[in-house]
Amino acid sequence: MDLSYGSEYAAFREQVRAFLREQGGRAPKGPAGVATGKASQALLEWQKLLIEHGYAARSIPKAYGGHGGDADILKRVIIDEEFNAAGVSRGVGGQGPEMLVPTLLEHGSEAQKQRWIGPTIRGEVVWCQGYSEPGAGSDLANVQTRAVEDGSDFLISGQKIWTTTAHLSQMMFGLFRTEPGAGKHGGLSYLLIPMDTPGIEVRPLATMTGEAEFNEVFFDRARVPQANAVGRRGEGWKIANTTLFHERNMLASTAVLDGGLRSLVKLMQRESSSGVRAIESPVLCDRLLRLEGRVLAMKYHGMRMLTARLAGKSPGVAALVTKLAGCELSHQLNGLALDAMGELGALYEGSPHERDHGRWQSQYMFTLGLIIGGGTAQIQKNIISERGLGLPREPKPQA
Amino acid sequence: MDFSLSEEQDLLAASLRRFLAAECPVTRVRELVAERPGHDGGTWKSLCELGVAGLLVPEEHGGSGLGMLDAAVAAESLAWGVAPGPFLGSAVMAPIALRAAGSAEQQARWLPRLATGQCRFAVAANELVSRRDGAGVALRDGCLHGLALMVIDGIDADHLLVPVDEGRSLARIDARGAGVTSTPLRTIDRTRGFAEVRLDGAPVDEWIGEPGGASAACNRMLDAARVALAADTLGASERALELAVAYSLERRQFNRVIGSFQAVKHLCAEMVAELEPARSLVWYAAHAFDAVPEEASRMALHAKAHLSEIGPFIVRTATEVHGGIGFTDEQNLHYWFKRVGVNRQLLGSPEALREQAARLQGWIA
Repeated sequence: MDLSYGSEYAAFREQVRAFLREQGGRAPKGPAGVATGKASQALLEWQKLLIEHGYAARSIPKAYGGHGGDADILKRVIIDEEFNAAGVSRGVGGQGPEMLVPTLLEHGSEAQKQRWIGPTIRGEVVWCQGYSEPGAGSDLANVQTRAVEDGSDFLISGQKIWTTTAHLSQMMFGLFRTEPGAGKHGGLSYLLIPMDTPGIEVRPLATMTGEAEFNEVFFDRARVPQANAVGRRGEGWKIANTTLFHERNMLASTAVLDGGLRSLVKLMQRESSSGVRAIESPVLCDRLLRLEGRVLAMKYHGMRMLTARLAGKSPGVAALVTKLAGCELSHQLNGLALDAMGELGALYEGSPHERDHGRWQSQYMFTLGLIIGGGTAQIQKNIISERGLGLPREPKPQA
Repeated sequence: MDFSLSEEQDLLAASLRRFLAAECPVTRVRELVAERPGHDGGTWKSLCELGVAGLLVPEEHGGSGLGMLDAAVAAESLAWGVAPGPFLGSAVMAPIALRAAGSAEQQARWLPRLATGQCRFAVAANELVSRRDGAGVALRDGCLHGLALMVIDGIDADHLLVPVDEGRSLARIDARGAGVTSTPLRTIDRTRGFAEVRLDGAPVDEWIGEPGGASAACNRMLDAARVALAADTLGASERALELAVAYSLERRQFNRVIGSFQAVKHLCAEMVAELEPARSLVWYAAHAFDAVPEEASRMALHAKAHLSEIGPFIVRTATEVHGGIGFTDEQNLHYWFKRVGVNRQLLGSPEALREQAARLQGWIA
């Protein structure tokens, strides 16, 4: 156990701080962390500067438009820590840079890497992820949207759902059934699809938060070149699975939990009822401290998992619990904020007396979505018990 | 940056577990503690030979001069085997108090004997945390008077550490000396011995450090004890989970092993999802005790409080996975259930510890 970063890293941290001091003012205003969706001109320029300095697309080769630096995980952690502490935008994020780019680097053809990685990391092309379907949720491999061979193209027909940012995206990556006779998992291919292809219709799907975060995407004989398949035909399931794990960890970031807890403490110090501050209510304070204990546990758990990654070791079952435990904790933090506000916790939609622009209600509902999305809590429990503890799968039902 | 156990720490855990599995399995523990709570029948002597009692004793006093993380690894392994013995009092609390407040001469006298297991220290720390009606110890005319409850490792002890004046002074007295009446208490967990000690003019043999100057030492001792208790709960919970998973792969109902039912699998997954982040918290609390002094108390409070919540959840869930057999005396699962249950009650309820953590951060007055 040695939690110091060492002198090389101290120098690197200084370098990041100096950059933030000198250039931080050029960052687009708004919350820290990455921005998703369509990028503003200010964000595009900021992202360009970040790539130049190696604070975005750090380990992506220069040939594909990245910074071409080392893949040192600790340096990435330091960048995250310093940008978060300064409250400065980390640039362009979302499913393109965070999920598609690693997939292309691992499985894409040279032409695909050349064509897509640069514009994606620069924020010029926004991507959505076409995995889930009405009949393929927890049972994701049950994807039914067909991609039928037609000359050198595929003709795509079917429907995707829960497609985040589809209405803002130029491109979709996703799973499509190309080999109908090849069985459930072996019949899928990983395709890249321009969203302006004739035959594609996007319908926004409002969620309980009131925002249209999701979409349904309908395909009616949409024509896409076969060359848009990543990896070999029929290997889509395997390829998609290499990035699903990253999505799960992205959904339960411990830095977000830490920040959430700090905002909650401030809220509870600020809000009072009949002259008593929320944090001074013994019951509410006890709930806060319970959550603080859990946030600390997740924080050090993150460091334990990071150590395992640095050493190239598998942390085993311990790594599988992050999404389940982290998303639940996030939901509970927001739930306590509502209770600390009492009757004012009900306010929303910019109502008079609403606190923090409705952030707590919105996040309380949004985090319930996180508990369900990216593999439901129940699917996570199957994964933990089967892959982590070696318990058998449920027998297949007799047809 | 390295947030993991060292090879030596992994080895310590493995060797303790191997020793306990071979020499003192739960069936043997059962026989031993049937005689009286905490009775170890030579197990403690063997554990001392393996170095367990000297982990926190500096090398110049015959110990191995290691840190709280090593002690936490040992505590976890001992609880994994529900080992009887005075680890908390003699291997954690007494060495830490002596190191923090004892004079050079006191350290030279007591630490070597603790490291080899030649003497056993009980600790009357309960009144530092919670003084029940009628309990409390006071100093009059150089002698101690009063009643101490839940004295840790209070059965079979040679010496007693008694905080006086809310921990501003720390006395050592002969546990079998004049004016000391020790009565064993019975808790649900027979693997450790607790006593009530009545003091009727018991002479103070010596003050550990200057009288009036022991507050910091008593706080260090409480922090250490809380980390050790959290680690104990971690180890007991881990074993209960292992037993539940093993049983679920063996027990058949409806023509399948019960571990293939999602209802059972999800219980097991929930136990893991609580256990593994909690393990990371215990490691950090132990690390902070030695390396991050400004966070040591807050982390000890949180580790003890959090493990006192998730430990009982895990041992009851493990019992439920076993079904009716888990509820029987014969299955022995209850030894871990009871160990965790007693840990929760000791040295501050989760609510009291969290309140103290809030106060420490200036959130409440």
